[in-house]
Amino acid sequence: MRVIEFDELVDKVKQLVIDANCYLPDDVMNAIKTAYEEEESPIGREILAQIIENNEIARRERLPICQDTGFAVFFVELGSEIYIKGGTLEQALEEGTRRGYKEGYLRKSIVDDPVINRKNTGDNTPIATHIHIVTGDKLKITFMPKGGGAENMAEVAMLSPAEGIEGVKRFVIERVKRSGGRPCPPVIVGVGIGGTFDYVAYLAKRALLRRIGEHHPDDRFAQLERDLLDEINQLGIGPMGLGGRVTALAVHVETYPCHIATMPVAVNLNCHAARHKTIVI
Amino acid sequence: MSEWHLTTPLTDDDIEKLRAGDRVYLTGIIYTARDAAHKRLVEAIEKGNPLPIELNGAVIYYAGPAPAPPGYPIGSIGPTTSYRMDKFTPQLHALGVKATIGKGERSDAVKQALKTYKAVYLVTAGGVAALLAKRVKRAEVIAYEDLGPEAIRLLEVDEFPCFVAYDMHGGDIFVQGVTQYARK
Repeated sequence: MRVIEFDELVDKVKQLVIDANCYLPDDVMNAIKTAYEEEESPIGREILAQIIENNEIARRERLPICQDTGFAVFFVELGSEIYIKGGTLEQALEEGTRRGYKEGYLRKSIVDDPVINRKNTGDNTPIATHIHIVTGDKLKITFMPKGGGAENMAEVAMLSPAEGIEGVKRFVIERVKRSGGRPCPPVIVGVGIGGTFDYVAYLAKRALLRRIGEHHPDDRFAQLERDLLDEINQLGIGPMGLGGRVTALAVHVETYPCHIATMPVAVNLNCHAARHKTIVI
Repeated sequence: MSEWHLTTPLTDDDIEKLRAGDRVYLTGIIYTARDAAHKRLVEAIEKGNPLPIELNGAVIYYAGPAPAPPGYPIGSIGPTTSYRMDKFTPQLHALGVKATIGKGERSDAVKQALKTYKAVYLVTAGGVAALLAKRVKRAEVIAYEDLGPEAIRLLEVDEFPCFVAYDMHGGDIFVQGVTQYARK
């Protein structure tokens, strides 16, 4: 058994939360720079230049890249040989979030009930977690602050298996097209295919964490990613929807086996401020 | 495409000359209000209660900032997506609001209200919130403090950069832009 002290874990989560909100991953930053080179629209280029400058200011001054510092989503791989002394893993993630949002001057964007009171909880909790138990004595924590604007454009469809790959393409492209400028393009398109109604949404969100430039291990789905990206970048939506060549920086497809009667598909978009960070303890 | 440097409050003359795609740099006082503040403002209007801000000539920025770190007038502050405010926007234009600032496409009812009341919809880039905060010289919560980031704030801005998205003549930067760059 490896012992991790609760307070030490809270402190690491706090730092992770702040860092992820202020420093954009290098792969995303590079993709935006490439987009700037490729964009033909003058307004689109001006916006991409602002995005690059913004991310440099945020890094230099340790300010949040976007005022929408999101819903705190954690993906965790917990080694089965780890014992957290002094509290549970979820308590540590929540307390680290609370302190990170306070000490990092991050916006608190969570309301207590979704319909009636909608009163701000004041500390950006509760959080959302996807925790998997794995072998070993390591703890891998990935944090993604998920903004509301892009999240609002998400959708799940239970397609009929007979609709095939064309049905998947139609659904994904239509979803991006109808979203227009609202999710802050250029976006990253997370696509889940397979599993169940709930699991496919998880796949689409997990797809947003993949490094830009990496593809699905199965060549057929890697090709689907390339085809979708190509078609999406012919829509003309462009940076912030004001017209242009670059609507998406990447399309990531995650797949899973499914029931003989079903073909679930989910789309989850990430804005260009595609923030996430991983630590291994 | 023209470039305009305008001072708030805005007038009918300011609005009439603007065309979709123009660049506008705003200087002066603007007000933040987003989902929850809009709900309260419109409730106050419907009940005939006094409003916390002067709407005549006003510019409303759909934004809820991050907290100000020590030594900064405000934290990161970019626009939120505008369509969620569409339900309330025509009423606010009827009372004199001359411009809203946000991001993304909006309803036909909003476009119609811009024509009827001589107003304009401006956009600024989402997710460039640290950059935009540099254009804010002073910020003060002036209403609905209990809403936290959704409170109404008075912002004193200097050359705040926007694009005209919808003008009062029916121009639409989204339709124009997508039509120009779509390949299919």
